[in-house]
Amino acid sequence: VEYFLNEQQQMVKELARRIAEERILPVRAELDEKEEFPWEIIKELADADMFRVFIPEEYEGLGGGCFDLCLVVEELSRVCGGIAISYAADALGCLPLLQFGSDEQKKKYLPDIASGKRLAAFALTEPTAGSDASGIKTSASRQDGYYVLNGTKQFITNGGEAEIYVVITMTDPAKGIRGGSALIVEKDTPGFTFGKKEEKMGIRSSATRELVFRDCRVPAENMLGREGTGFIVSMKTVDRSRPGVGAQAIGIAQGALEAAVDYAQNRIQFGHPVSSFQAVQHMLANMAMELEAARVLVYSAAKTIDSGAKNFTEESAMAKVFASDMAMKVTTDAVQVLGGVGYMRDYPVEKMMRDAKITQIYEGTNQVLRNEIALALMKRKGMRE
Amino acid sequence: MNVVVCIKQVPSTNKVKIDQQSNTVICEGENIINPFDTYALEEGIRIKEQYGGKVIVISVGPPEAGETLREAIALGADEVILLSDPAFEGSDTLAISYILSKVISRIGEFDIVICGKQTMDADTGQVAPQLSERLGIPFASYVSKIEEIKEGYIQVQRMVDEGYRVIKMPLPAAITVVKEINVPRLPPLRGLMMSKKAQIPIWNAQELGIDIDKVGSSGSPTRIIKYSYPEKASGGEMIQGDPESQVDQLVERLQKII
Repeated sequence: VEYFLNEQQQMVKELARRIAEERILPVRAELDEKEEFPWEIIKELADADMFRVFIPEEYEGLGGGCFDLCLVVEELSRVCGGIAISYAADALGCLPLLQFGSDEQKKKYLPDIASGKRLAAFALTEPTAGSDASGIKTSASRQDGYYVLNGTKQFITNGGEAEIYVVITMTDPAKGIRGGSALIVEKDTPGFTFGKKEEKMGIRSSATRELVFRDCRVPAENMLGREGTGFIVSMKTVDRSRPGVGAQAIGIAQGALEAAVDYAQNRIQFGHPVSSFQAVQHMLANMAMELEAARVLVYSAAKTIDSGAKNFTEESAMAKVFASDMAMKVTTDAVQVLGGVGYMRDYPVEKMMRDAKITQIYEGTNQVLRNEIALALMKRKGMRE
Repeated sequence: MNVVVCIKQVPSTNKVKIDQQSNTVICEGENIINPFDTYALEEGIRIKEQYGGKVIVISVGPPEAGETLREAIALGADEVILLSDPAFEGSDTLAISYILSKVISRIGEFDIVICGKQTMDADTGQVAPQLSERLGIPFASYVSKIEEIKEGYIQVQRMVDEGYRVIKMPLPAAITVVKEINVPRLPPLRGLMMSKKAQIPIWNAQELGIDIDKVGSSGSPTRIIKYSYPEKASGGEMIQGDPESQVDQLVERLQKII
């Protein structure tokens, strides 16, 4: 399928693939095994200007949009979903700054993010708040020129490794979700520490940690947008980031499909390569079809966002849900095509299956996103009547 | 510190063809920077980053070879020059070193000339030593590490069979490098974008003041008489028995040969 990439997008995609194949492929299994954060690869990505892709030119970026970001995430994920998410989570942390940051805040943080000097992260989830964002308990009370933070964020991607965090807090708990606010918190702020690093099923080279705030004083000028808009910031951020999760899913699935096709052509049973058996052929054909359908949906959602559309919650959710369900299915089938070998850690597909699972869970579970899609359907029906 | 890096465009490894008439390598289809030259370019850029100055990359080849120079710009070369003239076609190493020496003496001040240890199409490894001879500067081949550059000297480690030899040479000097010297970087996106728009200057024989009789097929004394493929080893013999007796048998065979 021809996706009409412009010259810059073609270049971005090709270079991302080169980095993935030349630098990530040789180390992915070891980083997964050791659960080691890929700092060397992050440095390579920074040197190659990959963190500039999604940042406007005025802040030392390359001015690309959601689609450009998706191309990079897809290519990195094709080789390693864990390393790709460390990159994508930086973009996630950057999105609220891009949308809601003042010019001063943008000037202060974006050039460092663009150069890869500092990683960003986004912190919403808490022990009592996931799909239900109103369960947030981390408080931020105004005192003099500061907000004083208390509370714990959970499962934060890039936690401990990133230096710039956008943290969703409650500035006025009495107001419920209208009492939430987004604050920029820098790593070395007193009172801000990290909990244990989580041990995960997949995306194991990425870092997932607790953020712990104990009387952590953050300058009032670090408020992102207005006080009370924290939940709007969150919703608008994930609306934009979900195609990125979709891109991660199609990348992982692409890697799995390629591995399955390669293996099927080389594995001889009953005197023939297993790729000559119709049962295997149909599996591969279904994998390829579903993958391409997901790719079309993810790219369309990304291009809708880049077109300047106002509301794309539905498109964005559809792309994430469809692509992540597809990735789980395609990677499971890839393990099946490889058979016993597919289950072994010497081959890459079991890792791809483990990595795929998270895409159905984070940035909105596929269940809660189906609710959103359904809600949009009902709303439209209401508007027609 | 001004560094001149010489690179060559070569056919991508898996697509090499030999011209049956002239017994030379045909350069058609997908081309790349000679892999050994990528280490030369990387080392040149590292010298610039450490000591300042600039990196000038030169290449002799057809107009299409400008694309490999574009990649050099993306990687960090400050200036590139393509030396291209129909009269250069069929030049051997002696003629190429003559062309390169002409352009280097025109560039002005330079401190170090770096080349890859050999090209992977012709594999001679002769151009760099011939070039240093023509320029009248000291030369070290198979350099695996630059130890230091200061006070008009360069000190390098040169790979030899039994280890390495440390050599100190006055500048300007020329070296060829081996792949152990570094891991070449990937081109950054901003560099790639800049390189797409860059103009690649082309210098021809006349501009270089080149004596046409000394270049091209007619100006090249080298004649390739014959190409042959190595004989394929066939069969082999499996030594039978348990590991201990296998080793005994193997040692016995080896002793006979020695």
